[in-house]
Amino acid sequence: MTETTTQPGIPDPDGASDIIDTDYDIGQDNIEGKVGPFGFDIHNPVFMISGISVVAFVFYALALPEQASSFFGWLRPALTSSFDWFFLSAANIFVLFCLFLIVSPYGSVRLGGKEATPDYGYPGWFAMLFAAGMGIGLMFFGVLEPVYYFATPWGDAPLGTVRPFTEDGVLIAENVEEARRMALAATSYHWALHPWAIYAVVALALALFTYNKGLPLTIRSAFYPILGERVWGWWGHIIDTLAVFATLFGLATSLGFGAQQANAGLEYVYGIPNSITVQVILITGITAVALVSVLRGLDGGVKLLSEINMVIALVLLLFVLFAAGAGTIVSEFVIGLGAYVQELLPLSNPIGREDDGYRQGWTAFYWAWWISWSPFVGMFIARVSRGRTVREFITCVILIPSFVCVFWMAVFGGAAIEQVIADPEGSAVYGQVIADYNPPLSLFAMLDGLPLSAITSTVGIVLVIVFFVTSSDSGSLVIDTITAGGKIDAPVPQRVFWCTFEGAVAIVLLIGGGLPALQAMVISTGLPFTVVLLLMCWAIFRGLQSERRKT
Amino acid sequence: MFHKIMVPVDLAHTDRLDRALSCAADLARSHGAAVTYVGVTGAVPGAVAHTPQEYAEKLAAFARAEADARGIDTHAHAVTSHDPAVDLDKTLLKAVRDTGADLVVMATHVPNVTDYVWAAHGADVAAHTDASVFLVRG
Repeated sequence: MTETTTQPGIPDPDGASDIIDTDYDIGQDNIEGKVGPFGFDIHNPVFMISGISVVAFVFYALALPEQASSFFGWLRPALTSSFDWFFLSAANIFVLFCLFLIVSPYGSVRLGGKEATPDYGYPGWFAMLFAAGMGIGLMFFGVLEPVYYFATPWGDAPLGTVRPFTEDGVLIAENVEEARRMALAATSYHWALHPWAIYAVVALALALFTYNKGLPLTIRSAFYPILGERVWGWWGHIIDTLAVFATLFGLATSLGFGAQQANAGLEYVYGIPNSITVQVILITGITAVALVSVLRGLDGGVKLLSEINMVIALVLLLFVLFAAGAGTIVSEFVIGLGAYVQELLPLSNPIGREDDGYRQGWTAFYWAWWISWSPFVGMFIARVSRGRTVREFITCVILIPSFVCVFWMAVFGGAAIEQVIADPEGSAVYGQVIADYNPPLSLFAMLDGLPLSAITSTVGIVLVIVFFVTSSDSGSLVIDTITAGGKIDAPVPQRVFWCTFEGAVAIVLLIGGGLPALQAMVISTGLPFTVVLLLMCWAIFRGLQSERRKT
Repeated sequence: MFHKIMVPVDLAHTDRLDRALSCAADLARSHGAAVTYVGVTGAVPGAVAHTPQEYAEKLAAFARAEADARGIDTHAHAVTSHDPAVDLDKTLLKAVRDTGADLVVMATHVPNVTDYVWAAHGADVAAHTDASVFLVRG
């Protein structure tokens, strides 16, 4: 790595950081021009290859649906079953690495140079971290996952814990406490330290190499310590294209499934028919609102939407907390947090376990999923995190969100488990999660058991939709930045293009039927990205070392 | 009539600015006004500079070079924006207030159909500021 702080033409930023000396000028490979009246400024290999390969894969999924679904339907579980030890170990490494950075002297390095000040205050920053990182997942899994672990009859209970029901569905009173404890711990495990550490690694790598080292804001920059000048060539094109690919398909397939979920909710609450037409209208509507937000920019769009999300989510959280009995729920939270701390080691142990159903079916699946999302979320977090120290960054990206997620799961999962215990056979939650296994309805089933369910379910549907708008918007920003070679001031029509393209891909897959296959494909990209993330840890370490030495 | 002239500049495309720059310089000389060049940058590294500080220095150097070349009194005013592609107009309007300019001279493109959707920056600035605005076709 060749670095210097004294180079002709580029003045030192107040001795504040340690710019990498590279011959690459940001935007040098870009093509500027006009299509009709619309200006564009794109990094051509990355833009064209990502665009064309996305279209090609959509065609593949539509033209050979059976082949695509059998191939990816086989590939994804095959990867998560064979490499479960690898996913679990890697995630543990990410957590340990981040915790190490908090206590090490490297924690004092400031992103953006010594004198940088944070771009965003805490409330706006947190709102964006959450909305981009989890948002929608908390809505979907908040009830589903704890109840599933609590009552699963399919033998995939975490750590093979006891089941609180007999074969005939009769409650076994003495098993309830243990099953509830483990359900909350196992859910928290998937939503707390590990996923946020995965995001933090990618975000920190990008923020460090962008704000302190002066490289463009694209995924390839994090590989400079490893690949050197080669990152500006085909190596870099491949890395960036893969990231665009995973982000676009990740968003498009989530958008498709999200429309199905919202539709299921609308049917459950209002009796609106569950049909492709309604779902296409939903996707079109979500994309249209996202477009407005895209045109309003980062501060007027994503940030505002994220803050709206947080307020609505907080209202819903407080409602469930008090409607389900604050005393009980707070004790669930204490139990959940205690159990999480206690069971963290056994749950994250990658070898010698017998709970294959849980470890491979859930944990490895989650890890692959979080990792396949990490280029998108990491890049977005990096974009809004300039001016924080590494210690502050990791604390705020890992510890605080983990705490909030454990609380969220205790409230939603705890309230739902209470309903199941109170009335095992008759409760709607038991019906939707276990008896009929209808995941999209689990949240609404829980709300049904509380007062004012017509209002809260509507709030729930609105929240799901607004979270999708936010993802679609921030995703378009990220894809546009990568395909513009790290430029954030490329013409706005490019963002409009990606946002529309993403909605179009979702609609085509929804109508043609290719959502499950392509989502399985996206999650499969988690495996190569895990290797990429491990390399990133090393790159971060090297980057921080040189930063400490030079400043 | 004018004391402070503000000229928004895009350091990545100074070649396209020549008409606006010489126009501003002529006005500055005839009115005895000072010219402030305003540049907007994002916090992330861009084509022009790796950091906002570096951008500010490049803009200052640009202002000095203009002062020498055109024999006028110049200043530089660099602004960092979270999302320069979208927030440019708002940022420029704030710069008009911050610099206390009474005339804005800016380069603009020939109007086309996209102006119905995205108003041109010059039009937007002119619509929302108290200062006089002189749009120079590029």
